[in-house]
Amino acid sequence: MRAFYALFVARNKEFLRDRGTLAWNFLFPFVAVAAIAVVFSGNGRPLYKVGVIGLDALRGPPAAAASAPALPAQTAAAAASLGAVAPSAPAVPPGPSASASADGSAPLPIPPTAGATDPAERSRDAMRAFLQTRYVQWVAVDDVGAAQDRVRHHAYDLLLDARDPPRYWVNPSNPKGYVLERVLWGGGASGSIPRDLLEGREIRYIDWLLPGVLAMNMMFSCLWGVGYVIVRYRKGLILRRLKASPIMAVQFICAQIASRLVLVMFVTAVLFFGLDLMLHFYRAGSLLDLFIVFAVGGICLIAMGICMAARTSNQELAGGLLNLATWPMMFLSGIWFTLEGSDPWLIQLSRFLPLTHLIDAARKIMVDGATLAGVLPEIGWMAAMTAVFLAVGALLFRWE
Amino acid sequence: MPALLEARDLVKRYPKVTAVDGVSLSIEEGVCFGLLGPNGAGKTTTVEMMEGLTGPSDGKVLFRGQPLDRHFKQEVGIQFQSTTLQDFLTTRECLELFASFYKRTLPIAEVMRMCSLEGFAEQDNRKLSGGQRQRLYLGLALVNDPQLLFLDEPTTGLDPQARQNFWALIRSIKAQRKTIVLTTHYMEEAYALCDEIAIMDRGRIIAQGTPEALLLEHFEGVWLELPRAAFAPPADFPWKVHTSEQTVGIHTANVNETLRHLMERQVSLEGLRVKSPTLDDLFLELTGRELRA
Repeated sequence: MRAFYALFVARNKEFLRDRGTLAWNFLFPFVAVAAIAVVFSGNGRPLYKVGVIGLDALRGPPAAAASAPALPAQTAAAAASLGAVAPSAPAVPPGPSASASADGSAPLPIPPTAGATDPAERSRDAMRAFLQTRYVQWVAVDDVGAAQDRVRHHAYDLLLDARDPPRYWVNPSNPKGYVLERVLWGGGASGSIPRDLLEGREIRYIDWLLPGVLAMNMMFSCLWGVGYVIVRYRKGLILRRLKASPIMAVQFICAQIASRLVLVMFVTAVLFFGLDLMLHFYRAGSLLDLFIVFAVGGICLIAMGICMAARTSNQELAGGLLNLATWPMMFLSGIWFTLEGSDPWLIQLSRFLPLTHLIDAARKIMVDGATLAGVLPEIGWMAAMTAVFLAVGALLFRWE
Repeated sequence: MPALLEARDLVKRYPKVTAVDGVSLSIEEGVCFGLLGPNGAGKTTTVEMMEGLTGPSDGKVLFRGQPLDRHFKQEVGIQFQSTTLQDFLTTRECLELFASFYKRTLPIAEVMRMCSLEGFAEQDNRKLSGGQRQRLYLGLALVNDPQLLFLDEPTTGLDPQARQNFWALIRSIKAQRKTIVLTTHYMEEAYALCDEIAIMDRGRIIAQGTPEALLLEHFEGVWLELPRAAFAPPADFPWKVHTSEQTVGIHTANVNETLRHLMERQVSLEGLRVKSPTLDDLFLELTGRELRA
């Protein structure tokens, strides 16, 4: 235990006295947030995001949408619990009304249009016309409850349901939702699409982004701060010197894990509260749950770093391996944007990246207010990956 | 007296080469043992097997008559020729870190005094001079007060003054009856410090004994050195001759007779030097003078 503690303290001193690295660990997330604000505010990205239940059917030939699977029972329950007003929406709406949409407190109707005689089919015709709108990202939705949450938090500007009876949800406090709703009406629905309201505070992009940026900083710190350092130790024959002493590999590795975990949690906590002071970001869930999720994610990423640095003493190779791990996670783990709507194989691939689960869990807690029980699948994934990384790392590890 | 450390028929094979080929050594307690040899002779591999850092392909190493076990590392100190330490740690912190690995340790202040480290105790280890760094590495090897100390080319790269200081340190450690296994390229160092030496070449021990006994065994007499311009030895010259760029060396067991012979041939004795054989001569005699790849 004395040796473990001494190695732990030595590594902490090494990190804390390296002012360049220390400054970068704090500076990087701030720079990243600023850079994102600039980069992602430009043109070329869809302006709106709409979730669509039964998107494939809607894009297919008319009448196919009606045969799409019926709403699961939970949807109806969810709609009820959200204060949905679908059942009471007027069958024949009075027409678009700016004043009605402005306060968002009353159901907004869809104007009748010429075309199909079946009101449901006329509504779907309107949806089909709506799908021609440019600058909108259309996201196929399976999980209606999750999609409704996204409407609440302005992650979706509108949620369409093409199944019988066709309907849509909109958050009256979302200006983009208002605009899209007007476009939907302009599509020429001859029937009515029942409209439901979903109340909720806006989740700004920065609120959504923050867990990803914190996790990304943690990823770099864990992978490079452990993996690259071990390779440097090996190349500089520090590990050889340690091998000549009675210290055991497991003591050394545990000390590296503990040291990096404490440091990375400290840095993340400082960033979290520092950015909160600056941005006053949204946090729905428990701080303790968030801490636990980041700690589990940190251990998993450190284990990944140890696994990647288990054998090589070539710093260039180690750098390549670490880049090989970090770059896919940068783009496939949902730091900057969600993978919803991407190719299924890409989504499947992202599930094998620990950062995906860390970010998903952190967002569920921060944005959706999930409890620890709600993120157990993500914690399970990370725990399993940790076990695999440590087992492979221990198997491959060599001092020299 | 039973040997403190013993190597029996050590063999180390790599896929394309046998680095050590049946080495047996016996090192008694309190002795400074020197292992010498040209580059690639197998001495580093041999020492690594004796340190327990590398397993032998064949043969065994015994410490106090027992095979090496996990307690062995508690009882030995190892100074590597080239290593680095954790960045940003001071001299004192490095010693404290390594002391934490052992059950029994010397007080850090005593280690620092033994190795003359007090003057830069709070200095970043990366900013030490070559001599200071070697003394710190020696301190790390001594921190557990080991009975057996391995020193791997400890003075390589040091200036003559730093080397002399280091030798004085090692002599003081020897005076404490510690057993030392020293590998070095400097024959002068081996002669100054070692009670017994073994010369390795091509994975085998080719000579072993005290330096004096080995010199007596391989060299009878002295070397007479003349400037090369003064003397060109004829083909029938009766003594063994070694010619270098500047000098001609004549190995003789009878100085008077050789000098008489030279004077008869009217060779100028201006610049004559009489030189006793050294371990350098022995080393070259045994391992050859050709450049090894």
